[in-house]
Amino acid sequence: MVTRGFFSGRRPPSDTDARIPPGQYLEQGFPVLSAGPTPRVRTEDWSFTLKHGPKPIKKWSWAEFNALPQSKMTRDIHCVTAWTKFNTPWQGVLIDDILADAGIEPPTAFTLALSFDGYSTNVPAKDLVTGKAMVALLYDGKPITADHGGPARLLVPHLYFWKSAKWVNGLQFTERDEPGFWELHGYHMYGDPWREQRYSSDS
Amino acid sequence: MSAEPQPQPQSPWQTATISRIEKRTPRVTSFWFQPSRPFTHLAGQHVDVRLTAPDGYQARRSYSIASAPEAGAGIELAIERLDDGEVSPFFHDVAAVGDEIELRGPLGGHFIWEASDGGPVLLVGGGSGVVPLMAMVRHRGSQKSAAPIALVFSARVWDEVVFRDELIRLDDRRDGFDLVLTLTREQARRPADYSRRVDAKMMAQAMERLPKAPRLAYVCGSNAFVSAAAEALIDAGVPAGIIRTERYGV
Ligand SMILES: Cc1cc2nc3c(=O)[nH]c(=O)nc-3n(C[C@H](O)[C@H](O)[C@H](O)COP(=O)(O)OP(=O)(O)OC[C@H]3O[C@@H](n4cnc5c(N)ncnc54)[C@H](O)[C@@H]3O)c2cc1C
Repeated sequence: MVTRGFFSGRRPPSDTDARIPPGQYLEQGFPVLSAGPTPRVRTEDWSFTLKHGPKPIKKWSWAEFNALPQSKMTRDIHCVTAWTKFNTPWQGVLIDDILADAGIEPPTAFTLALSFDGYSTNVPAKDLVTGKAMVALLYDGKPITADHGGPARLLVPHLYFWKSAKWVNGLQFTERDEPGFWELHGYHMYGDPWREQRYSSDS
Repeated sequence: MSAEPQPQPQSPWQTATISRIEKRTPRVTSFWFQPSRPFTHLAGQHVDVRLTAPDGYQARRSYSIASAPEAGAGIELAIERLDDGEVSPFFHDVAAVGDEIELRGPLGGHFIWEASDGGPVLLVGGGSGVVPLMAMVRHRGSQKSAAPIALVFSARVWDEVVFRDELIRLDDRRDGFDLVLTLTREQARRPADYSRRVDAKMMAQAMERLPKAPRLAYVCGSNAFVSAAAEALIDAGVPAGIIRTERYGV
């Protein structure tokens, strides 16, 4: 439905069109969104735990985690609040390398990413492996600021950005696809920006 | 093959007709929308609005619902004009009564308060961030809830205090709703108000106006405001776990 009198349009240059999912606009800044106050997580207190259900498989301290193989990824990211940001440069540890260090293959098809502030979000295991996702430690070559989820955040760039849990401190394999924080509050279980899977009522 | 008619999946988008427009402050105007598929919202929820240009280009933004769930007669959105923005100037300069706009909602299940949630509640809003908090304050009134609520509302100047007369009227009832205004670029006009940015001391004093420590705190506004106000609450001793935030962006 055309809106009477709306012309303006910040239509992005056509050579970038194909990189902007439906309903998104191109953002130059880096907006911050969160459900509560920004937790200040000190690296001394930071740890990352891999779990199968309630059972811990392996736990890394900040130093141990930083000693894992590091990879770089530059990706477009898409926030459900409709901004898309091109070419965001991250460095961190691929989920593949975390699993390899723990000596396991994904034991189930589903995971919940867990955060220091109690936040959680579900991501299918297949969306985390084969180079698709990492626990990011650096943004643009510098430590990730607290507002953006530092010292470490999950990065799953092909899904809406709420799946890239800030202040991440663990990954839990679950038997079923269990909704996380926003998924319990009306957001989509999967969150593919190309299919505009924003809210639970979206197919 | 079955000849049964299959229910058509409904698009989450619907058209809503603008039924009333009222300027609230020099920069904020309220728009009332009559959805073609009426819905009931919860205080604190928002809708997404979508504008479509003739060439198919679309812009969408979120706006909190200012009206109480009980208000009927459509939903009120209070939109602040950002001069270099895309969607808010459209509403201020172009939109007129009778226009049809696409929207979807109600959305959001976290930043909400229902009278049954009880109190005490501490609300902290900056600029247009007062909008979802206004829905909560109005909901308290229509439900005749006795939950103690204190609203700390930061605006630049007196004339930019959105919903000012209504808020002061509610405050004057002394029925458990307490309004704290703070002006960042002008002298306070009421004796107990402030003229500075929100800080931990102001939060601590706002809490003293409640009969006991808040059970819930809600902070809404620009990203910078929400960060500062949430820090101030934590410094004033509010547990991080009871603070809910909604950020309007840059
Ligand atoms: C849950 C939620 C509820 C909200 N509720 C309300 C509400 O009740 N009332 C309200 O007024 N607002 C509300 N907002 C904010 C609202 O959604 C819009 O962000 C706001 O109206 C600005 O939109 P705009 O299109 O006018 O400006 P935009 O075009 O989005 O621009 C915003 C600012 O960013 C800059 N900018 C960004 N991109 C560009 C670009 N490509 N070119 C130039 N400049 C750019 C501009 O300087 C401008 O000042 C809410 C936001 C959220 C997330």
